[in-house]
Amino acid sequence: MANTKKTNKEPLFHIVKRDNMSWPKRLLIYAIAIIIGFLITSVFCAVSNEKGKGVWDMFISVYKGSFGTERKIWIFLQELALLLGVSLAILPSFKMKFWNLGANGQVLISCLACYACMYYGDKAGASPNFIIPLMIICSISAGVIWAVIPAIFKALFKTNESLFTLMMNYLAVGLVSVFITIWFPKGSGSVKPINTIVLPDIYKKQVLTLIVVSVLTVFMTLYLKMSKQGFEVSLVGESENTARYVGINVKKVVIRTLILSGIICGIIGLLLVGSINHSVNENMANNRGFTAIMTAWLAKFNPLAMILTCGLITFISNGMSQVRMDFGFYNNALSNIILGVIYFFIIGCDFFITYKIVFRKKAKKQKKEVN
Amino acid sequence: MTSLLVGSISLATVFLFGSIGEIITEKAGHLNLGIPGIMCVGTAGGCLGVSLYMEMCNGNASWILLILVALVFAFAFAAIVGGIYALLTVSMHCNQNITGLAITTFGAGFTQFFIDTYVDRTHFDAASKVLSSSLPFASNLGWFGEVFLSYGIFVYFAIAVAIATTYFLNKTRAGLHLRAIGENPATADAAGINVTLYKYVAILVGSGIAGLGGMFYIMDYIGGSWENASTIEALGWLSVALVIFSMWKPHFSIIGSIIFACFYILAFKITGITFTQMALLKLLPYVITIIVLIATSVIGSKGVQPPAALGLNYFREER
Repeated sequence: MANTKKTNKEPLFHIVKRDNMSWPKRLLIYAIAIIIGFLITSVFCAVSNEKGKGVWDMFISVYKGSFGTERKIWIFLQELALLLGVSLAILPSFKMKFWNLGANGQVLISCLACYACMYYGDKAGASPNFIIPLMIICSISAGVIWAVIPAIFKALFKTNESLFTLMMNYLAVGLVSVFITIWFPKGSGSVKPINTIVLPDIYKKQVLTLIVVSVLTVFMTLYLKMSKQGFEVSLVGESENTARYVGINVKKVVIRTLILSGIICGIIGLLLVGSINHSVNENMANNRGFTAIMTAWLAKFNPLAMILTCGLITFISNGMSQVRMDFGFYNNALSNIILGVIYFFIIGCDFFITYKIVFRKKAKKQKKEVN
Repeated sequence: MTSLLVGSISLATVFLFGSIGEIITEKAGHLNLGIPGIMCVGTAGGCLGVSLYMEMCNGNASWILLILVALVFAFAFAAIVGGIYALLTVSMHCNQNITGLAITTFGAGFTQFFIDTYVDRTHFDAASKVLSSSLPFASNLGWFGEVFLSYGIFVYFAIAVAIATTYFLNKTRAGLHLRAIGENPATADAAGINVTLYKYVAILVGSGIAGLGGMFYIMDYIGGSWENASTIEALGWLSVALVIFSMWKPHFSIIGSIIFACFYILAFKITGITFTQMALLKLLPYVITIIVLIATSVIGSKGVQPPAALGLNYFREER
């Protein structure tokens, strides 16, 4: 056949799986990827802005946007804490390979529950000492309910959890608009903040959130590393059958882990409404549920490394608002583009960490060495 | 009633394009959660093509050229982003779900920014009228004409694509190969099928078809107006859910998409209800989707299973 010659020729390169790569090398690859991603986006910004800004100006603006003033640093810390909180919530479920895409909905529904307590408490003139515990209970249970329904069906019938949790997101958004029309029937859609019944501020508004999320981070690290339950979670994620053979009740683990996820989402919702915003709207989860998936994945499901990844993502997204102002882009979608491009590069890193490319010449040399 | 049906069939086209694209991709064993974002990017491409063409001909568009331009641009833009997904998941073996979510983030952001900033929307109205124009005698045929003949060409195109995809998957050799790859890529590889090539083509074509859905939504369904990309993203997620509803069969998608669309627009078609009732009705498509998800998983018979290798990347040297 005419083709034989062609097929016999060794391909230009082929892919081989690597042995474990050392941490410094991995970090270097990630750093290079992030820098390339940043460079591409900054070139894009430099080319398309009309204010004559150059390539390096974007870095300055991003830095200014995140750390420029004391207020901005506090906001950075607050956003970092919230994102980290949601990442912690989805962490155990993802470690279990349960695709919980519904953290947005779980946070939002607990925001709604929390605001409902504040609204009716304010209306009835109840004392905050009575309402605040109620807020805590209601928002946590709302988060748990939203997380555990897909988990139960996943455990019993293997219902596709990623789409189920996604639909629960939209249900939560829909329910918020339903209740807004009930509470504020004029159709204006704006929600009155309730400032009489709120969680107490410690020194500054953001400090309570920071403390709570720090405690959660420590708890989650210990839970996954030290506890038997944490071990069960990672075992179910590695291989469901192995878990079953050693006598783990997989259904119980799935449901229990999602209850934990729901509790943490509930706490974040409570903080968002009770401590930070004092009101509720459909966008309150601010897509943190999806962003958290990326941060948890990038940190390879390590709670402490998540502080870094959440910091990076928050740094970019907070910084982008400054870039928009400095560069004259009047569109808040810009940060999603930048984040998307940087995600692509970081996801691509996985390839270079797990595989290596062997070229034709090198392969021949290796063969000679073997001989 | 008729207006509800007509509206449903029209909107169903968005779901239909999206779900056919996702079915083709999933048959190759790739769960593409980037479809919502890809549909957005298809919108951006279609809108760009239309605006460039309308500018060139000063608003006097010829029917066939406009359709071609919208089709080609939407398909090409969506396929390019599908190419990023394919590169990352097929060649670089990255996690499919994570890559898909990143594509969705990027696609929605890109489209919002791109259309807001770069696309001239002055002629969208006129273009939409041309694209959604139906047969001239349709209105003379009473209810029959209204229900079956009153749509723009893309509605029929979507149905044709659905039927063609069913034929391709079930009756042709290439379709058989594609299904084999989705079920067990190692076996397909051993049988001499070029797995990588099939996967790339399936993902690119699937993404391109899905992209048409977003373009159709803006250019035909809502008549050339533009607000935001998040609506298209939501429709995209419903299209992904529709794949399960239609049990990975494109011809079932035709009926499924009409049912989905019907629930979706019910809230806007019923008059004389309060804001609260309307907001409640808008929850319907999501509730129905959840019920369908549960029902298909509870029934769980052999005919309604996803491709066996769905979501798993294939690396030849790994068993």
